Amino acid sequence: MAVVRWKPGLFGWHRDPFSEMDRLRREMNSLLGTFTGRRGVAPTAGVFPALNVSDDESNLYVRAELPGVAPEDIEITTKENNLIIKGERKIAAEGEKVSYHRREREAGTFRRIISLPSRVDANKVTAVSRNGVLTITLPKAAEAKPRQIKVKT
Amino acid sequence: MADKELLVREKQELQTDAEQTRPGVVFTPAVDIFESDKEISVLADMPGVASDGVTIDLHNDELKITGEVDPQGSENETYLLREYESGRFHRHFSLSDRIDQNKISASMKDGVLRLVLPKVEKAKPRKIEVTSA
Repeated sequence: MAVVRWKPGLFGWHRDPFSEMDRLRREMNSLLGTFTGRRGVAPTAGVFPALNVSDDESNLYVRAELPGVAPEDIEITTKENNLIIKGERKIAAEGEKVSYHRREREAGTFRRIISLPSRVDANKVTAVSRNGVLTITLPKAAEAKPRQIKVKT
Repeated sequence: MADKELLVREKQELQTDAEQTRPGVVFTPAVDIFESDKEISVLADMPGVASDGVTIDLHNDELKITGEVDPQGSENETYLLREYESGRFHRHFSLSDRIDQNKISASMKDGVLRLVLPKVEKAKPRKIEVTSA
């Protein structure tokens, strides 16, 4: 379970009250999940790949587990406020001389689109695939970043 | 095959009879197991496992595969959407053929383990001639 740091004030200065309520609801759900054993994983959207989206002050992170997908077979596009992940998982044939005991791994294509929860700087998006885990880092646009405003006396 | 679309499959949590001594969820990796005359091969999907995170243990024809993962992301991040969990992988199999333990080879690529277990000489099939009496 993710440990979330205490943020100053219930309606912290960097979030509007409604998104803060949303966050609270999500965290209550994930907390309840720990008692019922589901540990706060949302039902998937039914589209491959399953995604985890998180953020910190400056970036959004989109992660997916894509074992056996070569980095050159993944295509990532941003369009307005949407992120599109396309690709193909290829499983090479092992030849006709082998017989299978188990065949659980699947090959095929995938296409997924998600709308991003905040505006991002599309020119600075980076994607890294490491050990079969894809991480897309999307820097938040200047207007979406939290800003502290000094009160003058 | 190229036209087939992949569907989401929930990661299978390990149902174990042994008590866990470490916190965290354990998943069973999806595997392909196939054999030829000479060897048995195992392919296992273990996303997030580096090559030094894999432990392979073969004892009395019982094969155990364990993969350790690093946490994805840092502690400063807040989850906005969480459709999957990450955790280590574990699965064990019993093998029917005798395996030549000295010649086992394993490699990791893009989160997929490829394990090749060569059979010992006497386990390889022999053609038996049928003679008519």
